[in-house]
Amino acid sequence: MIERNHTQDYMMESPVEKNKKLIEDITDSYPKKVSKERKTHLVVIDPSEEQHIMADVATIPGIMTNRGCSYAGAKGVVFGPVKDILHLTHGPIGCGYYTWNTRRNLAEPEEGYNYFIKNCFSTNMQEKDVVFGGEKKLYGAIKEAYEIFKPKVIGIYATCPVGLIGDDIKAVAKRAEEELGIKVITVSCEGYKGVSQSAGHHLASNTLIMDIVGTEELEDPTPYDINIFGEYNIGGDVWLVKDLLQKIGYRVVSVFTGDSKYDDLAKAHRAKLSILMCHRSINYTNRMMEEKFGVPWLKVNYIGISSTIESLREMAKFFDDPMIYENTEKVIEEELKKIKPRLDYYKERLKGKKAILFVGGSRAHHYQDLLKDIGMETIVAGYEFAHRDDYEGRKIIPEIKEAPHHKILDTYHFERVTEPAYPQEKIEEMKSKMPDHFMNYEGMMVHMEEGSIVIDDFNHHETEELIKALKPDIFLSGIKDRYVFQKMGVPSRQIHSYDYSGPYSSFEGAVNFARDMDMAINNPIWKEVTPPWKK
Amino acid sequence: MECNNTERKYLTVNPLKTCQPLGAVWACLGIHQCMPHSHGSQGCTSYLRMQLTRHFREFIPTTTSSFSEAQVVFGGVGNLKQAIRNILSIYKPKVIGISTTCSAETIGDDVPGTINEMRASGDIPEDVKVFTASTPSYVGSHVTGFSNMVKSAVETFAKKSSPNGKINIIPGLLSPGDLREIKRILKIMGIDAIILPDISDVLDAPMTGEIHLYQKGGTTISEIEDMGNSIATVVLGREAGIAPAESLKEMYDVPYEVLPLPIGISNVDKFIMKLSEITSKPIPYELEEERGRLVDMMLDAHAHWYNKKAAVFGDPDIVEAIVGYANDLGINVLYALTGSYSSEWEKTVKSMVPDAYVSSDNDLWYLKEQLDKKPVDMLFGNSHGKYLAKEYDLPLLRVGFPILDRANLQHFPIVGYKGTAWLVERTGNTLLDYKDAKSPEHLLELIM
Ligand code: SF4
Repeated sequence: MIERNHTQDYMMESPVEKNKKLIEDITDSYPKKVSKERKTHLVVIDPSEEQHIMADVATIPGIMTNRGCSYAGAKGVVFGPVKDILHLTHGPIGCGYYTWNTRRNLAEPEEGYNYFIKNCFSTNMQEKDVVFGGEKKLYGAIKEAYEIFKPKVIGIYATCPVGLIGDDIKAVAKRAEEELGIKVITVSCEGYKGVSQSAGHHLASNTLIMDIVGTEELEDPTPYDINIFGEYNIGGDVWLVKDLLQKIGYRVVSVFTGDSKYDDLAKAHRAKLSILMCHRSINYTNRMMEEKFGVPWLKVNYIGISSTIESLREMAKFFDDPMIYENTEKVIEEELKKIKPRLDYYKERLKGKKAILFVGGSRAHHYQDLLKDIGMETIVAGYEFAHRDDYEGRKIIPEIKEAPHHKILDTYHFERVTEPAYPQEKIEEMKSKMPDHFMNYEGMMVHMEEGSIVIDDFNHHETEELIKALKPDIFLSGIKDRYVFQKMGVPSRQIHSYDYSGPYSSFEGAVNFARDMDMAINNPIWKEVTPPWKK
Repeated sequence: MECNNTERKYLTVNPLKTCQPLGAVWACLGIHQCMPHSHGSQGCTSYLRMQLTRHFREFIPTTTSSFSEAQVVFGGVGNLKQAIRNILSIYKPKVIGISTTCSAETIGDDVPGTINEMRASGDIPEDVKVFTASTPSYVGSHVTGFSNMVKSAVETFAKKSSPNGKINIIPGLLSPGDLREIKRILKIMGIDAIILPDISDVLDAPMTGEIHLYQKGGTTISEIEDMGNSIATVVLGREAGIAPAESLKEMYDVPYEVLPLPIGISNVDKFIMKLSEITSKPIPYELEEERGRLVDMMLDAHAHWYNKKAAVFGDPDIVEAIVGYANDLGINVLYALTGSYSSEWEKTVKSMVPDAYVSSDNDLWYLKEQLDKKPVDMLFGNSHGKYLAKEYDLPLLRVGFPILDRANLQHFPIVGYKGTAWLVERTGNTLLDYKDAKSPEHLLELIM
């Protein structure tokens, strides 16, 4: 560890200068090559210059990174929350085990549908399977799963050794479909594909669009049918949002993929609009849905009160319907009234507190809005596995050079196969009327304050130095850091899984979040860290 | 007893084990200033770090070689070298423990060879120790991963010089609280021991407001070196510990004794008596008092659990010990299940509970199917049993690994007479809480 007192050194400069020096310092302490590489992943927001950040490149070996793998993205994130698919991990036991009930994507059993979400199914490959091939075992496992659980759909997810030994999981799936008369989908999401879990999101999206979406028809369309994208119902987030949307008059056809069912996903192409929460994890599906079925999408954010309000109003604008306009305002007014006294109480207690925010697909962006709503400030924000467009906006996409690891991920493009459920002319009109969010995402960086710091693929060392220098009041991240920085005396909460808490979405969620921030920051036990005889 | 499994040969549902790399990292964490490094894709590391963090609620430092396609095509040795250089300069460990993952093993990277090469070229300085183990997940389980890593530590570092009068203890996957209790017993008996690995003072570090990548605990390399000079090795839990003990025997003729984890009065008795026998130290009256208090507690509360039927599941060594504990209490074990296959284990446990269904290559779905046919009154096992507990409306006593949904348990020992006493308290009172919760108002009673 480098021991330095950053605070003193930088007292005199502007926040931008100060923090630029700070990250110079932090990265300088690395070996030369590492230092050069890491410098491209750290940016201090400075509106006076054009700023870019490096992202979606391989992690430096030996650096304590928080990144996961392709399998985590595909099985753990995108497909995992689909409750009636029997998710079968093809591989040794570990991967399946680690994704067993470890993500809080809550889901409710439903009459007439299978419910497998609490179980872990694995082929538990052994050495002989690796030597002689695992196809026989995979087929056997599918058959046994069918006999015991009678699933309508089985999903197969391949882990590291499967790709290395060359098991043809597609062929096995096809054979099982023919012989058992059920649907068997596959994702070849071996852990080494790509540079992070992001590759798995991409691969899962391919399966969604090739094998699921568009395979069933929506029998009772309404004018207000929508999909919710990039929403995994952590701690029940989507339940609150669905509630709001239904009060306004929308009907949610499917959620990709929180508390989801196979049939709903299959009908998603008939929705008039998809609203997109987590840009990174599922924007692939959005793009393909638009190409193939003409479903337009709107980037929303319902983490935070003002963001929720803005998102609801944008949606209303899209549908441009008096009933929707009126109900939207009514719901906003009601909800605000409901939460105000409670929220005011917490705001008073959280005023001016500073946060470091290192989370997930779009969370590092969204939670900044919520923090602002409760009077807090974000001084550092970073992602584990984002791409440049998540930071800099979709306008940067044409500039992103294709890296070797992108080639393995099959990027599909489609011709339109049906008439869209919403008139094409209207869609075109909206593109010019609502340029910020409609079929667009501006990225996280434009929304950040001058002088704040952005980090891609953050790691332990950098985080530790930043905390020492910037002394945040709270550290918001995932489980792997949760207890590290708490030991340093910094309150911390998990924003991946909410520490058994939540939901944090929309209006009520904001109050829950404020309550949890207060609990973490103003907890009386912090006063006891130093014994009285040492004070 | 008869048990008809739904014929399942290929499919595992709700496993009772996880992969070798997790156990390997666990073992490394119990070595002083050791950075556990996992050679393979970063996903494996991310997963096991997440799992261990959730179980211990502590910082789990560990690094990865971060494979992507290029490494699985062209080999991961380049990444390994780069990783080691970065670890040395950024995290400055005294020791690096390298374990492999599925992908590294499948492509056949030569890890020990690479380390030798880096040593020879001066890339790894002399004062930094490195040991390696081959731990693909498609062999064994996290328990064998642990065992392989400890074995490698012993084989890499242990030496023979002059007798040290100490004993070696290989404690398996016990919690920090358990290790503290074992050390307390040794102190009372006046025995000098080398415990490998020792995660106390690492994974139960106090809250100080400061961060330490390496906490003060862990077995030091010089202690491991000295293990070749000890009087004997005591293995607590065969599955996790016998392999390293065998190595010490083979290499330096250090005899070993295999004991069950000292949980339950008879298992603790065995432990204490064996310690006394090996070291010729008498058993102090203080321990006899502790034992007497435990027996007293068990008699006071025996009615709460006597003749209850139980299922025990989890890691093999803990299951074996809990079966012993249940026998002491007069609880009837109907099922003893673990996920890491071992015929030795099956034989031993079967001899303890001849009427029970004992299986070392099983999963929780199997248990669920059996509960439909032949129910039990209570479960002993890890957090994954909570869904069964809910479905069958049973109390679950959380023991072993992983415990994800209850806090602080790893600080409280369940070994030794004192630890067993605490487990006895939990057993009886959990059953009483359960009884109260189930009692209709007119049958809710205050006096026993
Ligand atoms: S790839 Fe293998 S070693 Fe890695 S987490 Fe999965 S099972 Fe474990």
